[in-house]
Amino acid sequence: MLRLETLEIVLDGFRLAADFSVPTGQTVAILGPSGAGKSTLLDVIAGFVPAASGRILWNETDLNGLSPGARPVSVLFQDNNLFPHLTVAQNAGLGLRSDLRLGPEHHQSVMDSLARVGLAGMERRKPATLSGGQRSRAALARMLLRGRPLMLLDEPFAALGPALKADMLALVADLATETGATVLMVTHDPEDARAIAPLTCLVAEGLVQPPHGTIQLLRNPPPALRRYLG
Amino acid sequence: MAHRAQPVAAGLAAAALILALAFGTLGAVAWRAEGFGALAPADWAAIRFTVLQAVLSATLSCILAIPVARALARRNFWGRGLLITLLGAPFLLPVIVAVLGLLAVFGRSGLISEGLTWAGLDPLDIYGLPGVVLAHVFLNLPLATRLVLQGWLSIPAERFRLAAALGFTPADTRRVLEAPMLRTVLPGIFAVILLICMTSFAVVLTLGGGPKAATVELAIYQAFRLEFDLARAAKLALVQFALCGAAAGLAFAVSSPAGMGAGLDRAVARWDSATRHARLADGFWLGGATLFLLVPLGMIVAQGLAGLTDLPASIYAAAGRSLVTALGSAALTVGLALPMAMAACRLGPRLGGAVQAAGTVSIAASPLVMGTGLFILLFPVADPVALALPVTALVNAAMALPFALRALATAVAEIEAGYGKLADSLGMSGGIRLRLVLLPRLRRPLGFSLGLSAALSMGDLGVIALFADSSQATLPLQLYRLMAAYRMEAAAGAALLLLCLSLGVFWIFDRGGRAYAEA
Repeated sequence: MLRLETLEIVLDGFRLAADFSVPTGQTVAILGPSGAGKSTLLDVIAGFVPAASGRILWNETDLNGLSPGARPVSVLFQDNNLFPHLTVAQNAGLGLRSDLRLGPEHHQSVMDSLARVGLAGMERRKPATLSGGQRSRAALARMLLRGRPLMLLDEPFAALGPALKADMLALVADLATETGATVLMVTHDPEDARAIAPLTCLVAEGLVQPPHGTIQLLRNPPPALRRYLG
Repeated sequence: MAHRAQPVAAGLAAAALILALAFGTLGAVAWRAEGFGALAPADWAAIRFTVLQAVLSATLSCILAIPVARALARRNFWGRGLLITLLGAPFLLPVIVAVLGLLAVFGRSGLISEGLTWAGLDPLDIYGLPGVVLAHVFLNLPLATRLVLQGWLSIPAERFRLAAALGFTPADTRRVLEAPMLRTVLPGIFAVILLICMTSFAVVLTLGGGPKAATVELAIYQAFRLEFDLARAAKLALVQFALCGAAAGLAFAVSSPAGMGAGLDRAVARWDSATRHARLADGFWLGGATLFLLVPLGMIVAQGLAGLTDLPASIYAAAGRSLVTALGSAALTVGLALPMAMAACRLGPRLGGAVQAAGTVSIAASPLVMGTGLFILLFPVADPVALALPVTALVNAAMALPFALRALATAVAEIEAGYGKLADSLGMSGGIRLRLVLLPRLRRPLGFSLGLSAALSMGDLGVIALFADSSQATLPLQLYRLMAAYRMEAAAGAALLLLCLSLGVFWIFDRGGRAYAEA
């Protein structure tokens, strides 16, 4: 279980508070207007930004003070998810060993993961030769290999067209189910939340609200969400 | 937070080394000066000449750059891109080669003097102030032109359209659009060129000299090399440091624009320049500047080809020493700049800014001051003459460091901004991050930095002149000796060889960096 315990984030005058839990294996959308602090919340959980106070607990272990690489977390960013000078297989292989000294069994795992996300045969390609969707798939293959139980998605499919985005969200949902991972997905599109996240946290006015059922939340939005949805 | 905690010791050590080199050598010089007596009349004359030639050179370079840059900004013509590229070349041109080229055109036996003699007039004599200023304008006019051009192209095209729509005359355009831009960019350009001319040594060594045309830098050399008066050399070294520090402070205070900016390949559509007079004026300035820059270089190639075939063996040996020194200097430059760039990025704006500032200290330092200080420090423990080449490589590396650091620090910051989080999230740190993230993505700026520092070192005639005996001479020093002995044909051949080697090492490293820079 992920627990944010009286967490407070202070960044250049911006303040955000969070105090809630997410059961293991749940997929939660983080929804809210631009500038509300959705990405900042993920940055704090991932260890890129320190919390001002409070604790981030994963299965009762406090993550504060751990470096990003040591946390039980995999991250998909809005962009720059792949190193452009490395091949697809090398980018995926970083999920197994960050020094890329891969043995035969590692290579097999890389091939399997690429096949799982639909990139079989593209191992030697560089990211520049892939489409946007293929790049997202390569990053998901690395996430699969990394095998961390908490997946943080910071609008990684925002630049994709609607059909491709729906495919990628379905793939994320499948991978989360297969691995039992807990997923936090930042989005500004209620449809993304509706597509794969049974729960949604609303971020607005300096507060991350505890997860609510996505369908009920969107059917009967609170004032802050109503203002955002327009 | 995590990546900031990674070791920055190498970067801090490199910064400390540079500070020690700049201030430690100055301290050694101050210690050796044994109290500062009053400056002699000759010292005051050197200070006056230093300031006079630098002010004249910077002023002329700036004034001449304005019409040339304006013509480049508003005219599209065949070869415009090539001409702008050529304007970057003098930065890599060995100064001694440029001097030889200028002598071939403006010297007593040069093209112009031959014409004057044919017409029954006296030949030109450019030695002294005119020659020093001419050479400095030749070397700095291209830099000034590129920087002013950058200023011109920074004026949004819409403003010229608006000016045309409002019926501005050329005078209105100058007053409303161009003069404010020039007022912004010219002080910085002037200050940078002033600093370059203050520390110039090879030009004054070859075209100046004598009590009326010696700079402080040359006076240090003469006190050290000819009179072996270490106390006077030390006193002058401190004066030079103060002068350069003041000029550098001026340059920073008026914030000079970036020198290697992109986007110079477009001309802005202008509606005030279609007149016959404007076309003729632009043609005059562009033609004049092109001839001024290309004819001396053409003379080097033409005369050098004849002398290239029977160069003495000592020239090839000197070329080999220069090459080794240049490669060593390039490796040292990058070996210092890369850890400093990484440390600057990881330490954040304040501490990182201090690391970068330490790397640019050598802008204000004089290579001859560093050389004098190193001589004083080395003398009790080793034979400085035997260490002439390593010392030259070290001082050259310190002088090239600001350029390499600027290129690498910007690139490292961009890489960390783009891929730092991803690398952190994957636990990539230390050597792994360097091998898999930084080095592959830094190939282009690394190639540029290696090429630039190798070319600058290859053509340097500075600290080597202090130390070297005949068995240690580099190619620029041998070339100077050939010129001093009036063996002009061999000198031209050696100059062509030096030109090819300088541009060649830059091209090989720069192309190498580009060729393997992936994605």
